[in-house]
Amino acid sequence: MMLGEARPSSKRMKTVENNEGIVKQLFALIVDDDPIVRKIHSSILNSVGFIAQVASNGKKVVDLFRSGVTFDIVFIDMDMPIMNGIEATKELRAMGVTCKIVGVTSRDNEAKEAFLEAGLDFCHLKPLTVAKVTPFLEQL
Amino acid sequence: MDTVTQLQRQLVDYTNSLFLEGFLNEQFNQLQQLQDESNPDFVVEVVSLFFQDSERLLNELAKILEQKNIDFKKVDAHVHQLKGSSSSIGAQRVQRVCIAFRNSCEEKNIEGCQKCLQHVKYEYTHVKNKLETLFKLEQQVLAAGGTIPMY
Repeated sequence: MMLGEARPSSKRMKTVENNEGIVKQLFALIVDDDPIVRKIHSSILNSVGFIAQVASNGKKVVDLFRSGVTFDIVFIDMDMPIMNGIEATKELRAMGVTCKIVGVTSRDNEAKEAFLEAGLDFCHLKPLTVAKVTPFLEQL
Repeated sequence: MDTVTQLQRQLVDYTNSLFLEGFLNEQFNQLQQLQDESNPDFVVEVVSLFFQDSERLLNELAKILEQKNIDFKKVDAHVHQLKGSSSSIGAQRVQRVCIAFRNSCEEKNIEGCQKCLQHVKYEYTHVKNKLETLFKLEQQVLAAGGTIPMY
């Protein structure tokens, strides 16, 4: 980020216009057992234009999707109690969930590989930043 | 120089010193950039959460390391959490000690772990004091009728 760049506007549109001019609201889910990380990551996503919701472990995500809630993108931590990121991702893919799932982890390459193989679209090192998430906004 | 400008100058200099001395890194900038009119206390809220959580983790670690049979898995899990949260707010020095701490855990090195615990407590207390001073300086600028300079 360049010095002196303007701060993201708090009035930033939380909608995206696609080619047909149809305006779409984008929903993101942050999954992490650390409340500090949940707060920061959801704030980052809100600031670039998503509406962010949070969940504290893998089982809650699976339950959410099972109950019919959908998201445009999920950012999921690897290490969580009850159901971790790898198990949750496998479960979501097995359920037929096709939305973008991005792994977020502080672990090394070997662990990242295993995480990606579970069905992720991408894997980022913690912590997330505005620069890391902006490309996803453009892809959706 | 009027009072507000003086206080702002003090704040900017103090903030810069925290980065130069390695207490904070760019991740803290990220937090500051997320603060705006719709989220005016974001940084203080996140940092307060960090203080609460860290103190809980440090107390837990002290208890576990006092046990006769140390559960290194538990120690590692707590340190992993502390490493994660310190890195997410940019508390660089704390994060670094956590990395060394995890190595001691892996080696099941009791003395190493105890030394690391002391070290991480020290770095945590240090950055806590620095951040509290930073917030006080911000309050002084606001109380004098000024605005927090954009970082």
